[in-house]
Amino acid sequence: MAITGNSGIILTTVEEVLSWSRRNSLWPVSIGLACCAIEMMHTAASRFDTDRLGIIFRGSPRQADVLIVAGTVVNKVAPMLKLIYEQMPDPKWVISMGGCASGGGPFPTYSTLQGVDRIIPVDVYIPGCPPTPQALLWGIIQLQKKIKEKKEGKELKEIPIRVPTESKPIKQI
Amino acid sequence: MEIISTVVVLVVKSLIFILGMFLAAAYLTLIERKFAGHVQQRPGPLHVGFHGLLQPIADALKVLTKEDLVPNNVDKVLFYLASLMAFVPAIMILAVIPFGDPIKIFGFEIKPYITDINVGLILALAFGSISIYGVIFAGWASNSKYPMIGGLRKAAVLIGYEVALGFAMVGPIMMAGSFSLREIVQAQEGFFGAFIWYQPLAFIVILFAILAETGRTPFDVQEAEAELVSGYNTEYSGMKFGLFPLAEWYIGTFVLSAIAVILFFGGWKGPHIFGAFSPFIWFFLKVFMMFMFFLWVHWTLPRYRVDQITEIAWKVMLPLSLLNIFITAIIIMVKG
Repeated sequence: MAITGNSGIILTTVEEVLSWSRRNSLWPVSIGLACCAIEMMHTAASRFDTDRLGIIFRGSPRQADVLIVAGTVVNKVAPMLKLIYEQMPDPKWVISMGGCASGGGPFPTYSTLQGVDRIIPVDVYIPGCPPTPQALLWGIIQLQKKIKEKKEGKELKEIPIRVPTESKPIKQI
Repeated sequence: MEIISTVVVLVVKSLIFILGMFLAAAYLTLIERKFAGHVQQRPGPLHVGFHGLLQPIADALKVLTKEDLVPNNVDKVLFYLASLMAFVPAIMILAVIPFGDPIKIFGFEIKPYITDINVGLILALAFGSISIYGVIFAGWASNSKYPMIGGLRKAAVLIGYEVALGFAMVGPIMMAGSFSLREIVQAQEGFFGAFIWYQPLAFIVILFAILAETGRTPFDVQEAEAELVSGYNTEYSGMKFGLFPLAEWYIGTFVLSAIAVILFFGGWKGPHIFGAFSPFIWFFLKVFMMFMFFLWVHWTLPRYRVDQITEIAWKVMLPLSLLNIFITAIIIMVKG
């Protein structure tokens, strides 16, 4: 839905206000899979304080907007992660935090999912192993920018669209 | 004609009270988040508006426009009813709370309360108890493990504190000789006339009961995040979820703080140093102090187990409140 001009006053204003409210209260599910979760907790705690941006962690996926996939997604936990994603109400976004969630990381093995984008759509990838709290905050701000850009019907330029590739090392079982 | 004017005045007053309470509750969330932030040595909401002033609006808009999920296996009627059951009675307590003496503006006599009935306190207690049904229904109707544990815990706690709360309120009622909240305030004259000097035991019991009723931290077993995912409201999303914290944590705490202020701190009475609106300003100052006290307790203390709470309620608070009634009765008898 591309909005080219600023001709429609009421519609654009409503979309703008909704987009503003959505990007200013992104509530993530408090789910952590591996060591990235420690950094995620660190981001929510005193020193980095996500509450500055209006972000508070909710226990239940039914009340959350963002799924931060923090850590290695092994094949056993992948169905649960997908279930949690499906339990979240729309509109929802996914941040893939760290190398493991983004592409398998240092675990190119039979038991590890080679990137969480094989099971759920991802909005922002954050590099790092594990990403620092600053990097996670960067990712959240990228997501806010993306929500803002999407309202205007544009694609975000900074983040290249990742083409899913064959996972290389999986051997025949 | 008189009936019509009475109805119009009542409707306008109720609308003002309800809308005012909605706005106040929205900004109480911001106060709580700021307060929690500074307790934990962080700034709290900071970037949405000036020092987070637009944060409640952003949250409210987002929660209102979220998808409204209703899981397949819930009891539909109770599921929808529960959030209203929690919210409506909590806001109905406002009907009996007086905010000041009648004042005259442009020749009209304006009474800053909706109704002044002689069973006001009992009505407030009743509405407070009905509000708890919302929590229990939510736990039951969700047809899910954690909400049900949360709802049953709340039921167990309810049975404990409700008895102590009722008995603790008897002390101030005996001293004032009335159930009407307005007459209780009028019975407290001057600084040393406030009932807090004569009823410290009742005050302690009522503090405990308000903390338990509103689910503030030492007694927030019904939505203990570390144990139950999000407690009784785990399966709720969107505004159906939003009504629960609004009703319990903000409107409930605010209204019960107002009742505690009326019972123990002389309501709107205070030195006339703010001009014509002195009673309102004193009342809201006192209620705000009480509210901040509850926030302070909430963000400082760890949580009791549910069996410890019922133990405190039955073994400490109930005897304390009975003792308070006994002492008050003897003093009233001796002094005549």
